[in-house]
Amino acid sequence: MVPPAPPQPKAAADFFPHRDLLGVAGLTEAQVNYLLDKAEIYAAQNRRVVKRTNLLEGRTLVNLFFEASTRTRTSFELAAKRLGADVINMSAEGSSIKKGETLIDTAMTLNAMHPDVLVVRHQDSGAVALLSKKVDCAVINAGDGSHEHPTQALLDALTIRRRKGKIAGLHVAICGDIVHSRVARSNIQLLHIMGAHVRVVAPPTLLPAAAANLGVEVHHDMRRGLRDVDIVMMLRLQSERMQGSFVPSVREYFHFYGLDYEKLGYAKPDAMVMHPGPMNRGVEIDTEIADDISRSAIAEQVEMGVAVRMAVLDALSARLPNFAPMNAQ
Amino acid sequence: MRPQAFINARLLDPASGLDAPGTLVVVDGKIAAVGRDVRADQGMEVIDCDGACLAPGLVDMRAFLGEPGFEEKETLATGGLAAAAGGVTTVAAQPQTDPIVDEPALVGFIARRARETCVVNVVSMAAITKGLRGEEMTEMGLLHEAGAVAFTDGWQPVANAQVMRRAMSYGTSWDLLIVHHAEEPALARGGHMNSGEVASRLGLKGIPPMAEVIMVERDLRLAEMTGARYHAACLSTGEALESMRRGKQRGLRVTCGAAAHHFALNENEVGEYRTFAKVSPPLRSEEDRAAVVEALKDGTIDVIVSDHSPQDQESKRLPFPVAEFGIAGLQTLLPLSLELVHNGSLPLLDLLAKLTINPARLLKLPAGQFARGAPADLVLFDLDAPWRINEKALKSKSKNTPFDGRPVQGRVLRTVVAGETVYEQEGA
Repeated sequence: MVPPAPPQPKAAADFFPHRDLLGVAGLTEAQVNYLLDKAEIYAAQNRRVVKRTNLLEGRTLVNLFFEASTRTRTSFELAAKRLGADVINMSAEGSSIKKGETLIDTAMTLNAMHPDVLVVRHQDSGAVALLSKKVDCAVINAGDGSHEHPTQALLDALTIRRRKGKIAGLHVAICGDIVHSRVARSNIQLLHIMGAHVRVVAPPTLLPAAAANLGVEVHHDMRRGLRDVDIVMMLRLQSERMQGSFVPSVREYFHFYGLDYEKLGYAKPDAMVMHPGPMNRGVEIDTEIADDISRSAIAEQVEMGVAVRMAVLDALSARLPNFAPMNAQ
Repeated sequence: MRPQAFINARLLDPASGLDAPGTLVVVDGKIAAVGRDVRADQGMEVIDCDGACLAPGLVDMRAFLGEPGFEEKETLATGGLAAAAGGVTTVAAQPQTDPIVDEPALVGFIARRARETCVVNVVSMAAITKGLRGEEMTEMGLLHEAGAVAFTDGWQPVANAQVMRRAMSYGTSWDLLIVHHAEEPALARGGHMNSGEVASRLGLKGIPPMAEVIMVERDLRLAEMTGARYHAACLSTGEALESMRRGKQRGLRVTCGAAAHHFALNENEVGEYRTFAKVSPPLRSEEDRAAVVEALKDGTIDVIVSDHSPQDQESKRLPFPVAEFGIAGLQTLLPLSLELVHNGSLPLLDLLAKLTINPARLLKLPAGQFARGAPADLVLFDLDAPWRINEKALKSKSKNTPFDGRPVQGRVLRTVVAGETVYEQEGA
């Protein structure tokens, strides 16, 4: 009953020569396309009754989340289980991390248990890369501080490619809290790799220093920033940043930067709206747009999340510890 | 309203450099024609200026008008009368009212109330931080859309550099002007007058000049970092002005103002604890006063303000340390400023620029110039008429002036707002 794993290219390791996925930085266009092509196959498989394969049979994936998350953790868990792996979830609550263990000690302890894949989210930029140096297994960055969130960028790219048929040459506006956003940083890099034109739209207080040096067009005015874009990516604005430190109020933020139909009218007529979730309805996005299936790709992004994470696990499987090709069994 | 012709005027328009005898014609409250060859037509109301100076009405970008919340000190009505008597046709009201102008609806309220009760134009400055607490920025975008012309915490400095940086940075989206009371509060706290020999002899706690210098230096760096448009409201020390001079040389978008009392008086005015000479920033040393004049001459100071701070008797008839800060300056702004012309410090047009077009440009107002179609806000004054300032003649609700009895030269004869005469000197 178990369908066979999608056919492995002869030398998968050559197509994706990485042990870990710590960020978008360092990926090539070919490698991204390789991942997206794989993800397409998994996306189709995920719509079937039987979604499981045995590619990762016997493997153990540990979700190590130092920062709370529901959707990303669940998405990785589903992806791993659909590939036949065993999954353990660890969160900062109720673990030795709370008791003062250092990150490196946690890594060494886990490493001694021989996991095959560690999926790590951490509140500090660079923490996942640090941890990866202390373990023998594959490490996937599920978000480190304000640095990177590579699987989010990949699932966004897949969603765009499915809806628009391409990524190269598209105009993409990333709007909102850029400075604190790892999603923005990963997306800017990935979209550049894939040949899209990227703009960021935000109040100056929510832009990183030297934003223009990231190779993006910088806008402070939503209407100007959205003019003729193909894709509008909204970012979440955390409530503690709306009380006057970065932005005066929710009311003012929505007035100038919230996505409503009037502002969306400046984008191309078929412009697609994306959001990494969780959304603040009425803060960064009008609730009607969020629910408008003709404009909003938000549900599809979540669906593609599982497919992309399966593709990443698949691509990394060729270099997992003690690897022996499944086909040899 | 019939068209008006102001004939036989010495026309003074610093924006265009015009200083010539001629005529100015007003139609529908707007300037229709101005110049040497302009003639009054049949049917016009003719006002013979008899050779007196006719200039754009003054724009005062730092005055506290009391309303709402401090009606015992000043109202929009009484402040407006004082302004009109001083030749001031546009006042940028300060936000430290009660409630504080940190809410867009209040900007509209003040505009409506001013239209109903005030004879001159009133525009609002809004607060930089909510409640002037120096912690969280206000809804600067919405306040700007509601009509706020600039942002300031009034007499309150924004102590936290990060808060100031964010406010400056945030405001660049709309090219907002940040106006600051540049005084490092930790150094100034508890002080009552300039620190120095006079304060030491009087046993009064001083406000060191360095409090101003340090804050100006900080602000200039923040302006450089954020690209903001920054204006130091009212500088009083030579060192801070030197910092400003260097900031301008570096090409920063920074400007500053000085209050009339800072070039007209020095710290000796405090004398035997005269609370009318208690003001913030404080009257400084004679060297600092001379440095203010120097900075007016070389253009470092862009704007002269009244820093009108009306205080009722109960706030001033107190021991010096507990008396309120402030000088009621709207009505004496022009004659005190003209002293700089009479003593040879500044050419007349240069002086008037700092009272008209410069503040108007900073606030992005159409006022302060003789442009065709600009509002006919005018001041007619006798440049040379000698008289004595008399506190009893002040129209302000509060009479807290240290200039009572001071002989001055130059007197407002008539003030016109949108073609309407709002003040005329008795017997003129």
